[in-house]
Amino acid sequence: MTAKPVLTVTDLTIGVSLQNGQTPAVVDGVSLALNHGASIGIAGESGSGKSTLLLAMMGVLRTGLVHQSGAVDFGGTPLFGRADEDLQSLRGGRLALIPQNAATAMTPTLRIGAQIDEVLRLHTNLSAKERAARVLELLAKVRLPDPARLARRFPHELSGGQVQRAAIAMALAGGPAVLLMDEPTTGLDATTQLSLLDLMVDLRREAGMAIICVSHDLGVLAKLCERLVVMYSGALIEEGPTRELLSRPSHPYTRALLASLPTLANPGLPSSIPGAPPSPFALPKGCRFAPRCGVADDMCHTNRPPVQENAPHRRLACFHLAEGSMATAAEPAPAIVAPKVAAPVLQIEDLSISFGRARGLNRLFSITKPKAVVEDVSFQLSRGEILGLVGESGSGKSTILRAIAGILEPSGGAIHLATGGASLAPLARAMANRPLNQLQRVQMVFQNPETSLNPRHTIFEILAQPLRLYGTSGSKGLRGRAQDLLAEVRLGQSYLDRYPAQLSGGERQRVAIARAFAADPEVLLCDEITTALDVSVQAAVLKLVRDLARDRHVATIFVSHDLAVVRAISDRIAVLQAGSIVEIGSADDLCRTPRHDYTQKLLAAVLETVPLAS
Amino acid sequence: MSGLAAGIAVFRAVLRQTSGLIGAVMFFGHVGIALLAPWIVPYDPAVQDVTAIMVSPSAEHWFGTDRLGRDVFSRTLLGGRQAMLIATLSTVLAMVWGSVLGILLALQGGRMDALVMRAVDGMMSIPWILMVMLFVAVLGTGTASLVPVLGFSYGLSVIYLARAATLDFVARDFILAAQARGQSRWTIVSRELFPNVRNSLAVQGAMQWSWIFIAVSSLSYLGMGVAPPTPDWGQMISDARGIMQLAPWALIGPMVALSSLVIGVNLLVDAWAQTLGVDRVKRVSDV
Repeated sequence: MTAKPVLTVTDLTIGVSLQNGQTPAVVDGVSLALNHGASIGIAGESGSGKSTLLLAMMGVLRTGLVHQSGAVDFGGTPLFGRADEDLQSLRGGRLALIPQNAATAMTPTLRIGAQIDEVLRLHTNLSAKERAARVLELLAKVRLPDPARLARRFPHELSGGQVQRAAIAMALAGGPAVLLMDEPTTGLDATTQLSLLDLMVDLRREAGMAIICVSHDLGVLAKLCERLVVMYSGALIEEGPTRELLSRPSHPYTRALLASLPTLANPGLPSSIPGAPPSPFALPKGCRFAPRCGVADDMCHTNRPPVQENAPHRRLACFHLAEGSMATAAEPAPAIVAPKVAAPVLQIEDLSISFGRARGLNRLFSITKPKAVVEDVSFQLSRGEILGLVGESGSGKSTILRAIAGILEPSGGAIHLATGGASLAPLARAMANRPLNQLQRVQMVFQNPETSLNPRHTIFEILAQPLRLYGTSGSKGLRGRAQDLLAEVRLGQSYLDRYPAQLSGGERQRVAIARAFAADPEVLLCDEITTALDVSVQAAVLKLVRDLARDRHVATIFVSHDLAVVRAISDRIAVLQAGSIVEIGSADDLCRTPRHDYTQKLLAAVLETVPLAS
Repeated sequence: MSGLAAGIAVFRAVLRQTSGLIGAVMFFGHVGIALLAPWIVPYDPAVQDVTAIMVSPSAEHWFGTDRLGRDVFSRTLLGGRQAMLIATLSTVLAMVWGSVLGILLALQGGRMDALVMRAVDGMMSIPWILMVMLFVAVLGTGTASLVPVLGFSYGLSVIYLARAATLDFVARDFILAAQARGQSRWTIVSRELFPNVRNSLAVQGAMQWSWIFIAVSSLSYLGMGVAPPTPDWGQMISDARGIMQLAPWALIGPMVALSSLVIGVNLLVDAWAQTLGVDRVKRVSDV
């Protein structure tokens, strides 16, 4: 490439400053060059150092981090080793950041227009009148409807997607040469995400600015960036043109990461990466991926592979250059074990849920009815079957789960649960009115294992609670049964005496799953259980849930906003829109031949790493 | 780690801090003196020596004598015992009823919570000393009436703190999970919530102790606390105030004792809160 780089990172090392004087590296010897108008995506899982690297490209370090060596250069200005005041004119101007969560990054007490105006005042010489016009121009540019009205709104009056657009308008206000983005679409619905990415692609083309985007989502980067950098445990391990890198990954980690992504093109459960990334406090001596790598040899365990060019425009840090191959294909989905005509174990009939109650006179004359969140939802589930419930935020998918668990009282309809034989008995609406044996048969796993496990309990205590309550420990006693449960979720017995804080996110979610199975349930409710996890860990949790549901013939409802994830694990899928099921059918049929417009829209919004056509 | 081993580890960490070490020496010194005082005092604290009224400190009377010729040193050694006992019993009472009610209210929420908390607001708006004076007027002075009165009025502020500490956890999914499992309310309070708020409540309890101790001393100063002939620092200060110009030494003993105990407890609690990672609670009620 002949273009001159606008931003270069040279051998940058950033460490955590510890009390004992040591500084283990969280970004380790990373070099990177961004050309004018180019776009680079930085991919990595949590703890890979990608966000730290991004902030360092603005010359910013979070508290507790220290710059150890290397340099960042922006258009001839070094960003380290200078006073913050010198960089103020750059930041927010020629070098702009779009933070991860725009809703919290904007000042809640200032109107949108005023916040953008402030950037213009700092970085341009426009008069007040020109600035006002420019604000509207910018808001129109990010395709916000009715800019004049939006400029007078406060951040909380906007939807998540709108705030993110406003944050982009604010970043554009300073006329940036480089736009840094930290997980710009995390927390947005799939369709909102897609339109936002389309906008970014267009803006980049129009404004000719360079983009660096950090994300854990390879699909987002594939859509947005020409080049891709893969980070693992603080080090750059692979770089190359996006399409090429994704279709022909070289590094074993990149390959494994791609294989762990559930995709529509490749249905079935993705394969997971064994083990967990190393802690920055206990880095392996050789290649950092070696302990989890399938092709690692003695060399990999003792020496760190340097980053070398392995093909034109591609760089790689691996001793096994020649062994690059296509991403391993996903494990083929096994045939559905559950007999299709089996008697249902759970039956939902015309379920309606509304929040809030009519009060006072309104209740008397029923002037305003509370708004229904879920309306007339019906479906049934047989033993061992996995039903995926997919929809965007506000579609009522979690609300339905909570009503089945009894946490929320539905306003109408009925929930029936099988009673031993073929007959069904209605469940009481509120959990307070359900007998213990009904509660036992319906178990829920929550989205975030960080809040769903008591931080003051050992894993043993967490598992012992349901065992004691339901008397399901059997002949082996509490400890023996707890050990068995851990083994079933692939955790050793050494975990029994640990606390949740000592476990990784994936391990915690396994414990939460084990706790649900401790009750010996007939219905398992999974509420976005992989959303808080990294993709490589997600794959393992998906496999675990499916295996357990199959082996124990537990009817499972799997709620997720991610259609590809739901597709990977479910036998049947129900698509929810605004509280109603718009389409329900077998996972294959629904994804191959979607009938409803909304299903088609959701399918189109799934970001695939490898385009179907290629 | 067992409970005892964990407790020892925390105590060691407290002692490693300068403020923790100084606080521990001051506090446990006072506790030791209070326990051993009856055997080490040189004079009977109640005996009035008419031949030695208001004598200045000497080899015979280290801290001098007061206006009735009583030995100030002996009275100082003994003067914390009764107030410490009352403070300890009142703290236990305040912590028990305050935390149980606070945790239950946080878990219950809704109308019940709002109703009870407004009632507590109302009671908190009455200065405690008025409340105590009212009760003492009715029940009479003495340990048996002071402990329930102080336990009740100081328990009010514990309700706030226990409720606030619990609210942090009530909204978390593990409580929801326990409820959805069908755990009894008592199990949820004792097994799920209490272990999470235990540390902040313990630190809060230690602070309560020092505040209640000051309250008891203040009451004694006003003649409503520890009654003579039992010696007490508050009472001694009140007694010596009138003869301050003539015999200032009668004031110094009880004043130094009282303030060193309170300062010691505060230093110790600070270090303890730091070790446990708990915010040291500010006083809710007025002084």
